[in-house]
Amino acid sequence: MEFDLKTHSVREVNQALHDLPKDQETEVVVNGISGDHNIAVGMDQPAKITLNGHVGYFCAGMNKEAEIVINGNAGQGLAENMMSGKVHVKGNASQSAAATAHGGLLVVDGDAAARCGISMKGVNIVVKGSVGHMSAFMGQSGCLVVCGDAGEALGDSLYEAHLYVKGTVASLGADCIEKEMRPEHVEELSALLKEAGCDDDPHDFTRYGSARQLYTFKVDNASAY
Amino acid sequence: MCGIVGLYLKNSALESQLGKLFEPMIIAMTGRGPDSAGFAIYGDEVSEDMIKLTLQHEDEHYPWHDLASLLEETFGTSVSVLHNANAAVLKLAAEEEPVRKVIEEFDSSIRIMSVGRSIEILKEVGLPENIAERFNLAGMKGTHIVGHTRMATESGVTMEGSHPFSTGMDLCLVHNGSLSNHNRLREELEHKGIHFETENDSEVAAGYLTWRLREGASVEEALQGAIEDLDGFFTFTVGTKDGFAVVRDPIACKPAVMAETDDYVAMASEYHALSTLPGIENAKLWEPDPGKVYFWGKG
Repeated sequence: MEFDLKTHSVREVNQALHDLPKDQETEVVVNGISGDHNIAVGMDQPAKITLNGHVGYFCAGMNKEAEIVINGNAGQGLAENMMSGKVHVKGNASQSAAATAHGGLLVVDGDAAARCGISMKGVNIVVKGSVGHMSAFMGQSGCLVVCGDAGEALGDSLYEAHLYVKGTVASLGADCIEKEMRPEHVEELSALLKEAGCDDDPHDFTRYGSARQLYTFKVDNASAY
Repeated sequence: MCGIVGLYLKNSALESQLGKLFEPMIIAMTGRGPDSAGFAIYGDEVSEDMIKLTLQHEDEHYPWHDLASLLEETFGTSVSVLHNANAAVLKLAAEEEPVRKVIEEFDSSIRIMSVGRSIEILKEVGLPENIAERFNLAGMKGTHIVGHTRMATESGVTMEGSHPFSTGMDLCLVHNGSLSNHNRLREELEHKGIHFETENDSEVAAGYLTWRLREGASVEEALQGAIEDLDGFFTFTVGTKDGFAVVRDPIACKPAVMAETDDYVAMASEYHALSTLPGIENAKLWEPDPGKVYFWGKG
């Protein structure tokens, strides 16, 4: 199945994608993309979608089950609130990639901008380049793997998300600290790097996590709720 | 929400197509700003002893030649007039301040949009495509251009509240975002002699830059100062005689994407606005880092 956004609207393409059968894997190619927003949002079937061109905002938002490859860059909010499946952008991703995402895997071959994985809730993110400031802000669960460097305030107000950075970290956010790489972390990281097609050595990475010192972690404050 | 677009030509062979290349860029940003639109185009530079003014009046058939005759008489020099919709571009060998005074005394309902040797600012309320057509943007030549499409949040939809704002000789500002300390800053700048026409927050940013530049700061220094002194979120693009500068607020609330090829440097709020440029498929594309001043141009 093939579409061209020069002759079809995003709404028409998204409707056709939503109409795909849920019990079989369909291959879809979308061409003629010139920064259009909201492409392939709300997928709920195991389709394999290839997007040729740079996509605009919120591409692959709320994705469930679909495997989406972007041959280009992605605008803000890529794979926002993804539930499952896989999103792979071959270029860079703008800010708030995989924001609030609950599951699935996001792979960014280039860099991701600010707030990558903000409020992540179970998604795994592998960025082969670097991430911008305030990445994994309030991350609750899932993993953020950065093969390059991380910007300022990494992991600010972090809950239980696991952060692995190979390069330098400009600064750590409130309550985010460096942590020991135990065997289970090496194992977890190795599996993610392999899945994302990276040959980096997991031992070159540093793990960061929550010091669990902020208000919500204090048992004394539990009675407030 | 607003849209910003800018195009600087590295290849002078493209100068005759500047308006044609830029028109689809500004129209692509209609979704971000359907209220009003405007642009500052640079080119057709006058010699060092001359100035070029862009004037605007509500009346499409305003008798600009009457004003030109008065200026010719007052300054003993010839004045050329190019009438374009409800605007006019006047060129003459004279100093800025006395010319401003004569125009104000002649008719206070004339708006001076820009003064410089190269800049022309044209803006109006309405859809970007209508404004582009009204001023025949596609037919314009020049070296570089910055534009804006507005979705008003902090003040009314008026021509005065639309962008670009003039910030001095050959300088202008376009802004996407909103400022939260503009009322206090406006008061402070008024004490320093900066005049404001609207309640618009972007006009305060423009006034701030005008003040800093008047005090002797470079464009880069003025923009560094803006990062410190302006509270709120913004992407600014500043047009200068030789090029343009881009700066985003330190937490990058507002978007910006850049493209560069051997022929041009372009910026836009969204990639969508760059997608019609020639050779964009192979252009270097990137997002400017927050809190960092970028400048492209000659010199």
